[in-house]
Amino acid sequence: MHIVVCGGIVPDPLQTLEPVATAAGPGLKNELLLPAILDPWAGCALHEAAHLAKQCEGSRVWLVSLGPKAKLQQVMMSLAQKAPFELVALDGPAHGFTDAHETAALLAEAIVSIQGLDRGRLLLFGGWESASRGQGVTLQMVGERLGIADQFQGVDRITLRDDGSFEVMERVEGGRHLVSWCTGPPALLGWATGERAEPRNDPQMGMKNMRTIMPALQKATPVSLAAEGLSYHDVRLPLQQRQTRIVKDMPPAEIALEIFDWIAND
Amino acid sequence: MATAIDSRVQEDVLRTLPGDAVRQMQWRFADRYDLQMLVQAVREVARGPVARLVAGGARQTHEWTPAKNALLEEFDSSGITAAFLDAESGGYLAGPKNLALALIAFELAWVDAGAATASLAGCLALSPIHERGTAEQRAHYMSLCAPASPGEVRKPWRGAFCLTEPLPYAGVDTGMLGGKVSIAEWKDGEEPVLQVEKRGRFITNMGFANFVTAAVDSGDPRIAGSCMVILEDGDPGMFDRGSVTRKLVHQLSSTSDPIFSLCVPASRIVGGYTVKDGRIVPNFNHSDIIEAVFARTRVTVALMTSAKLLSAVEPIIRYQRNRFRGAEQIKAGSVRYEQGLQQREDALHRVVDLWAMGEAGAALGFAAARAFDELDPLEKEKDRLQTEAGVRGARAEAKWLKGVWPAAAESLHRPAAVATANNRDKDVLVRYVLADSVAGVLCPAAKLWNTGTGANAMREALSLMGGYGITEDCPGFLTYKWMDAQLEATYEGPESVQRRNLIVTMTNDLFLAQFGVWMVEMRRIAARRPSTGACIVASAMKLWMWALHHLQNSSDADGTKLYHSARQGVTFRLADALCWLLASRQQILDTMELEEKAAANAGEDLQGTVSFMADLCHVQAARAAGEVGRICAELVYGYNRHPVWDDPEHKGCFLGEELEAWEAYAPGITAYALDVIQADGSHPEKAGPCAQCGENSAFQQLRNRLDLCLTGSQLAKDRAARALATVMIPEAPDYPR
Repeated sequence: MHIVVCGGIVPDPLQTLEPVATAAGPGLKNELLLPAILDPWAGCALHEAAHLAKQCEGSRVWLVSLGPKAKLQQVMMSLAQKAPFELVALDGPAHGFTDAHETAALLAEAIVSIQGLDRGRLLLFGGWESASRGQGVTLQMVGERLGIADQFQGVDRITLRDDGSFEVMERVEGGRHLVSWCTGPPALLGWATGERAEPRNDPQMGMKNMRTIMPALQKATPVSLAAEGLSYHDVRLPLQQRQTRIVKDMPPAEIALEIFDWIAND
Repeated sequence: MATAIDSRVQEDVLRTLPGDAVRQMQWRFADRYDLQMLVQAVREVARGPVARLVAGGARQTHEWTPAKNALLEEFDSSGITAAFLDAESGGYLAGPKNLALALIAFELAWVDAGAATASLAGCLALSPIHERGTAEQRAHYMSLCAPASPGEVRKPWRGAFCLTEPLPYAGVDTGMLGGKVSIAEWKDGEEPVLQVEKRGRFITNMGFANFVTAAVDSGDPRIAGSCMVILEDGDPGMFDRGSVTRKLVHQLSSTSDPIFSLCVPASRIVGGYTVKDGRIVPNFNHSDIIEAVFARTRVTVALMTSAKLLSAVEPIIRYQRNRFRGAEQIKAGSVRYEQGLQQREDALHRVVDLWAMGEAGAALGFAAARAFDELDPLEKEKDRLQTEAGVRGARAEAKWLKGVWPAAAESLHRPAAVATANNRDKDVLVRYVLADSVAGVLCPAAKLWNTGTGANAMREALSLMGGYGITEDCPGFLTYKWMDAQLEATYEGPESVQRRNLIVTMTNDLFLAQFGVWMVEMRRIAARRPSTGACIVASAMKLWMWALHHLQNSSDADGTKLYHSARQGVTFRLADALCWLLASRQQILDTMELEEKAAANAGEDLQGTVSFMADLCHVQAARAAGEVGRICAELVYGYNRHPVWDDPEHKGCFLGEELEAWEAYAPGITAYALDVIQADGSHPEKAGPCAQCGENSAFQQLRNRLDLCLTGSQLAKDRAARALATVMIPEAPDYPR
């Protein structure tokens, strides 16, 4: 099985994210200085990919990531310890104000150029959402460009069968899941949270991964996202208010009741 | 366009708190991906399981609980345990490990230094074996301590280092041992069996240690001197882990007072032994081993306190900014709401001071760690050459090494000359003696200064959090950190021990020769980057050198020599002054490194960070200069007797009649004379005639110059304070996770 995970990097969610106008269009204040992490949904996809690859001998996992090279390198110092993978890096902006069409085109092009990739055995993984802007369309467009018709979104589980087919459990409305059966690759899976906990860091695995990751970073292709014809009329943070109360030793039932009341009154 | 878009981009201003990229450049591991990954792995443990334990109240008990014990597995799985080990024993880091261990200590102590101690105590137990053990001992114990490989079912061994003994020996002097080793059985042609009697005090890791490296003295005429022995929990006899030490700090490490009465084979003597004239002669006495071990491990302790200071910055800024939010009368958008306490200069200045000291300490600590990384391979080479040359014993070694001092001193001024003109072996020895002389100063200096002044600074940090600071809920666990800092200033050699080490190593001619080169280097940096305050440091270094030379060659008012080892009022204080200089110098060097690397790294706009760091350097340099100037002035002037009015020779003053006579030749002279004894014996109301600098006028000139060098330092502090008021910080603390 050949699994390609599309995953970008996003600023650490604890950081203050403030949109600002830059010469190249909207951006995030101090973007290059903020610590970054792998997009959490893409992270789930990567962990699932690593788990799946372990089950199928001869599998390979690639992570295709578009972001500023220096930031990608920092993220890899942690990410490389989580799961074995090969990196395909594209050196470009990752602030969430890029055009999804352009991004998808670049990612698809990068995937096509991966040496040794058997597109007949390809499972294209990614997040069904993104912590950067969350249009939720990039992955689908990558799939379309690669001619992958079997696409699943909001995936929480994939179960392989002996005959090469697999079962996919997708989230649907009302907290329910839709279970589908697919005859086999190629297919696209946009992951929700999956079922795997984030693996612990393993420096020894990291060292092994870095033997291929560092050369990949060094030859990362610089890409420009011109976003021609794209203009932003309004950029702002989501309208949310954090109302924090610190309450010690509150029973779970009371917490649940309070959340229920809050939702009911919303 | 909507309100959220702000086109004003401020250049050259600190925009965010320094991230990993900045630290990697400053502390010279930007090209060490293994260490960068180690940092991430340790951080995950520190800010996850460790922080959760602290927040959950695990520090409220001295006992070694299952929850605390679970940390050990976290250390294993994250690579912390194996970081110390060589590749052949299950480790994964190549080369010397001093910087790696320093980074581990720093990351863990960012959250809780007890966890750092727990992890490092295992390394401490292994260090005697690693540094001086036989090949068999190294292979055996290092492998046992390696965490199990994937699929392997095995629990790694854990060790404890047992030196300190119950009162009256506890912590007094490492040379005084009550623990004894004697020969229990020695059959012809067989290995002797030893009886070891040892009581320990404050021994870390005893709650779970499988083996102990214990220092003992000979209790048998058939054993020569002292040694270290390896004791295992399965050895015949008593392996009593002892009662738990009721310590108030570092509660995430296991500490108790063990008692051992065990029979062990003589092959457990660390480093082995030889039999001479029917006596067992250990190849290394316990002092030799301890010296080799502590020289390295103390650096990590130093960094624990510096990590505390730097970790305090973000919580304090957040507290200051949010101080008034929530009050009914403070409306959103008002200055008090937006800036909180940061609208006041003092609040900002105090954080600047704290931050500057944290940076300086970290710079010094990591420099010391790197110095040992440089020294370790050279030392191995030196040992090889020494064996080849047949040089045995400490005195013979010192004499042998002194033979290369002239070449070493010459190499400071003409490095290429030695490298090309001499053979490789000599070059190795030259590099060794130079590196050794520096490491010998940096280690005690970092341990002394980082922990001592760091503990004081932590009290300041706490005070900046108001009443919040002394609660369990204080973000960043600052209360615990303040208390922990006191232990760090004490264990692995308290401040007086570090000072004793320093007064020997800082007067080493090779160190002083390098110190002279560093002075020139500071002036060069000052020419290029005046805003760092490097000129202040250079001037202060010159003043310190003058004072040292003066004190080494002077006597006090009673004719007693000023600079000798027993006169700690002089020597210890000069050592204290030196530490300020070393820390400040290294902080400047780190900033210069950051500037250079940041400029080469086109992807990051770090100019604002560099400028801010330079301002912190300037602030710290001024503070260091103040300390050095004060200490040196007290020592240079303080041992002279103050002039008195009734001196028979009337030294330092005029007689009224004299002045009247001179008035005829120099009209107006009376107006300039202040200290005058009139004919009736009356004189101005003060202690005596003012003291004159006399032979110390050169010192006065240097001191004046140093004071003038402070010009601009408070402007740097103001700039740094303004940056603090606007720097972007995360919206919430990132631990506990």
